Amino acid sequence: MRRTPVSTTEATPESLRSTGSGISADKIFGFFAYAAGWGVLLILSGVIISLALGAMPAIKAFGLNFFLTETWNPVKDVYGGLAPIYGTLVTSAIAMIVAVPVSFGIAIFLTELAPDWLKRPLGIAIELLAGIPSIIYGIWGLFSFAPFLQQYVQPFLIDTLGNVPIISPLFQGPPYGIGILTAGLILSIMILPFITSIMRDVFETVPPMLRESAYGVGATTWEVVWKVVLPFCSTGVVGGVMLGLGRALGETMAVTFVIGNAHRISASILAPGTTISAAIANEFTEAIGDLYTSSLIELGLFLFVITFVVLAIARLMLMRLEKRAGK
Amino acid sequence: MNRTLYHTRKVRNVVALGLSVAAAGTGLLILALILATLFINGFAAIKPSIFTEMTPPPGEDGGLLNAIYGSVMLTFVGIMTGTPLGIMAGTYLAEYGRSSRLAQLVRFINDILLSAPSIAIGIFIYEIMVAPMGHFSAWAGSMALAVIVVPVVVRTTEDMLKLVPNTLRESASALGTPKWRVILSVCYRAARNGMITGVLLALARVSGETAPLLFTALNNQFFSTNMNAPMANLPVVIYQMALSPYDDWQELAWGGALIITIGILALNIIARYLASLGGARR
Repeated sequence: MRRTPVSTTEATPESLRSTGSGISADKIFGFFAYAAGWGVLLILSGVIISLALGAMPAIKAFGLNFFLTETWNPVKDVYGGLAPIYGTLVTSAIAMIVAVPVSFGIAIFLTELAPDWLKRPLGIAIELLAGIPSIIYGIWGLFSFAPFLQQYVQPFLIDTLGNVPIISPLFQGPPYGIGILTAGLILSIMILPFITSIMRDVFETVPPMLRESAYGVGATTWEVVWKVVLPFCSTGVVGGVMLGLGRALGETMAVTFVIGNAHRISASILAPGTTISAAIANEFTEAIGDLYTSSLIELGLFLFVITFVVLAIARLMLMRLEKRAGK
Repeated sequence: MNRTLYHTRKVRNVVALGLSVAAAGTGLLILALILATLFINGFAAIKPSIFTEMTPPPGEDGGLLNAIYGSVMLTFVGIMTGTPLGIMAGTYLAEYGRSSRLAQLVRFINDILLSAPSIAIGIFIYEIMVAPMGHFSAWAGSMALAVIVVPVVVRTTEDMLKLVPNTLRESASALGTPKWRVILSVCYRAARNGMITGVLLALARVSGETAPLLFTALNNQFFSTNMNAPMANLPVVIYQMALSPYDDWQELAWGGALIITIGILALNIIARYLASLGGARR
């Protein structure tokens, strides 16, 4: 190990400061660290500014109409982003409706029910699954999941829920296999490990004393979870859910494979549609003309802003929980 | 009366816990099913030729050599660019800024960038690199990956440096060591395993990224080492081949998907092992 020579005679502040090249190197290193901190901020502002600049032509040409119309016509050079925006919101909503209760269940299982020898391996397996890239989910969705849905699940949905008043329009039309519903379900599978591992971490911040006191007065496991654990860490749970939502909104590859890429809004969730990220992934390199590219960038800007807000809320809530747990 | 209340509570408990077990069962079953499908289809596609031959035109035999090489190059350059910036920013947060206003803002923004949609980052790089240069290039692809690497490394670096006990810093400073030397020789050394873990996790994260490469590095039918030109890479090749109507292309896509997944799982496991060795111990 190399050592910095230190004067052993007088340790006055002056003599320390003059030890070799320490002082200037100190300044340089500190400056680089400081600059790198600013670099992170620079990346974010760079993304927002460049997206905004790129979106300018479309914003000027279509104004607010961009968010209100669903015409997407490269031939006439007229673009409205309503269909992809609608698709993004609906697929994410489906994903959350499915994924939140299921990951809640898995998290309860992991923290309260599973025997100790199962907890660790299961927890690790879930964290590893959270790391699998989305393109794997996409390719599985296209080749395995969509045909399965088309053959078994969708005809069943059309025959049953398709006849229930009020919600019947959601389940009309032929079973394509690919479409809004399939994309939503793939998304839910993808964010499942993600939300689960956060929920588990959050549940574990509950002090054992609280849990034990509740059990001590005779509460059932479910009552402990629902009336003690959940209220204690509700902000953390909401934060985790929002984090998952942020993922779902911005997810590209898993969706692009199975959404069907149709620029229209259908009442039925079995019909093909598109999402913001899928539209960009599909059309960006093929977009001819400034207005076309610019419209896609405007969609990207919109997506970035929405996910930014969702993720910011998520972080604020998780931070609040951390603060309380730290007390 | 009391009896029925007791009974309903018990029933509710059993039902709720039953649902929870069922949720865990189904969730894990589906995830296992995905892996099983991937492994079955992937292994069927893996032949020696996949590592020695180029991506073929439809109907001919071929492999993924150019895509594997391209992916390695893109992630390597991306990691090499993103890591120093990430480590310095993490150092700033843990050693300099700590709880100052600026540090809190940087930390918050970094956490958001951590899960920002990668396709937006692709557009950002397209705007600042591809459009001015006038053509797609492997440099642009690497830079897009670097932007994704930074927040991951910042986060782990800061977390690991925070685990280094303050007494270590104080004893080093008491010997008259300048701050930069304390950070380099004491803090980094103590947090080394954890910081390497962060870089490995970042590597795992970017090696599967597809969206930002679609319109930066694009794709290339041929073997290319020119970083200034479009370059083949596994994720984009998988994407294009999987969506093609040709059986042999789809098979190659499964093979590529398996290679990526095994690589990422291995990276994650190594990272986990390193972290378990103790991030903040010597």
